[in-house]
Amino acid sequence: MRDLAVLFKGNNPARLLGGLGVTLKLSLISVVLSIALGLVVGVLMTLKNPVVRAVTRLWLETVRIVPQLVLLFLVYFGMAKAFNLQMSGETAAVIVFTFWGAGEMGDLVRGAITSIPVHQRESGAALGLTQGQVWAHVLLPQAARRLVPQAINLTTRMIKTTSLVMLIGVVEVLKVGSQIIDAARYDAPQGAVWVYGAVFLLYFFACWPISLLAKHLEKQWACQEG
Amino acid sequence: MKKLFALILALALVLSLTAGALADAKARSLDEIKESGKLVIGVFSDKKPFGYVDEYGEYQGYDVYFARRLAQDLGVELELVSVDAPNRVEYLTSAKVDIILANFTVTPERAEVVDFALPYMKVALGVVSPDAALITSIEDLRGKKLIVSKGTTAETWFTANEPEVELLKFDTYTETFNALLDGRGDALSTDNTEVLAWAIENPGFTVGIESLGSLDTIAPAVQKGNDTVLAYINEEIEALAAEQFFHADYEATLKDVYGDAVDPDNLVVEGGAIE
Repeated sequence: MRDLAVLFKGNNPARLLGGLGVTLKLSLISVVLSIALGLVVGVLMTLKNPVVRAVTRLWLETVRIVPQLVLLFLVYFGMAKAFNLQMSGETAAVIVFTFWGAGEMGDLVRGAITSIPVHQRESGAALGLTQGQVWAHVLLPQAARRLVPQAINLTTRMIKTTSLVMLIGVVEVLKVGSQIIDAARYDAPQGAVWVYGAVFLLYFFACWPISLLAKHLEKQWACQEG
Repeated sequence: MKKLFALILALALVLSLTAGALADAKARSLDEIKESGKLVIGVFSDKKPFGYVDEYGEYQGYDVYFARRLAQDLGVELELVSVDAPNRVEYLTSAKVDIILANFTVTPERAEVVDFALPYMKVALGVVSPDAALITSIEDLRGKKLIVSKGTTAETWFTANEPEVELLKFDTYTETFNALLDGRGDALSTDNTEVLAWAIENPGFTVGIESLGSLDTIAPAVQKGNDTVLAYINEEIEALAAEQFFHADYEATLKDVYGDAVDPDNLVVEGGAIE
């Protein structure tokens, strides 16, 4: 219990919250970009064009197979070495997480779209809707509902994975935690439990509202379809 | 057909990467640093007492004390970047920082990829273990689990010289010491400065082996070929010997940690001269 005090020493509470701010900023920017890009990529993935298919396939397999840490190193250090392209750690993080998120999101969108029965598309066409109208009013709204649970899952996974950015010099909530533990390791050797506990709570309260929102949306849409 | 396409794309990607590799990321020269008004130095942010962040969010430690002086004497602002043991070299080769001052032990392998300045500290390896099962010799360690940090001298030395010691590796220093506290390994090895300080503050643990491997030096590092910055650091280290700068640094940052148990002359190097 004695070592709990390390959490409240100096500016530590503000530093932890500031670290959470960095985590949330990076993940929210990446999530918004991923969803926007993912919708486009997902629609592209349903096309029959072999070139588009090969490219999107290569993209998806890359983000699935290559660990995010390797991607971070490639973009942050690799780009600098290969093309003398210098960017901040935060920029590199947003690029990598968007590349990853858009690929995975695209596949989720593809899955949601192809899961909608063919007769929906055909019925739309039979009513005289144009190709664009079929997408906008028939396919995408239905796909969106099927998409929500997996998209939320991807979002929370992205928030948690941002802890990797500490290895390219970005100080986020987990790194602040590790700095606090280390700075106090002689005075409060048991401080780690409390600091990691606090970090756990911060992550929980960052991800929980997102789960609640998803539940709420699902319920509302279930009523509408009722 | 599809497979062929993927193959061509992959090839194109590899080719463009290797072609680009000809344009290297060149580190900034001393004049460029002066012009920008900012010196960028990579330090540890979770390795007390060498480089760490205190409860007010300020960088502190033996390395940081020297980093401040380097920027001050150059008449520029100091920007500190948080680095970790496994990526210290990358920060230099990709020109993300001007200097690395992160408790960087000089080794022949590292000297091939970065340029080291004169040393400002010296260390050997130490092994710390719980009192209940104290390890006092290298023979005791064989067949046991030894905790090390990735990218450290300890990892390299044990891999090369003691293959019978089973290594348990972690990414950060915090993780390695937590692993020893949790009993996930029989002992932990890293620089003796580090384990001596840690054992003093953690009753129940003792440094059974105080000096192992060869005596190593710790020095600032710059990107290979960055001669102007290298020369500046060396001049500084030589000039600072007159005021016994590193003894003052020891007093300010390390003394609290080692207490009277350690003689500063066993750790501190003045003017880059090893007797």
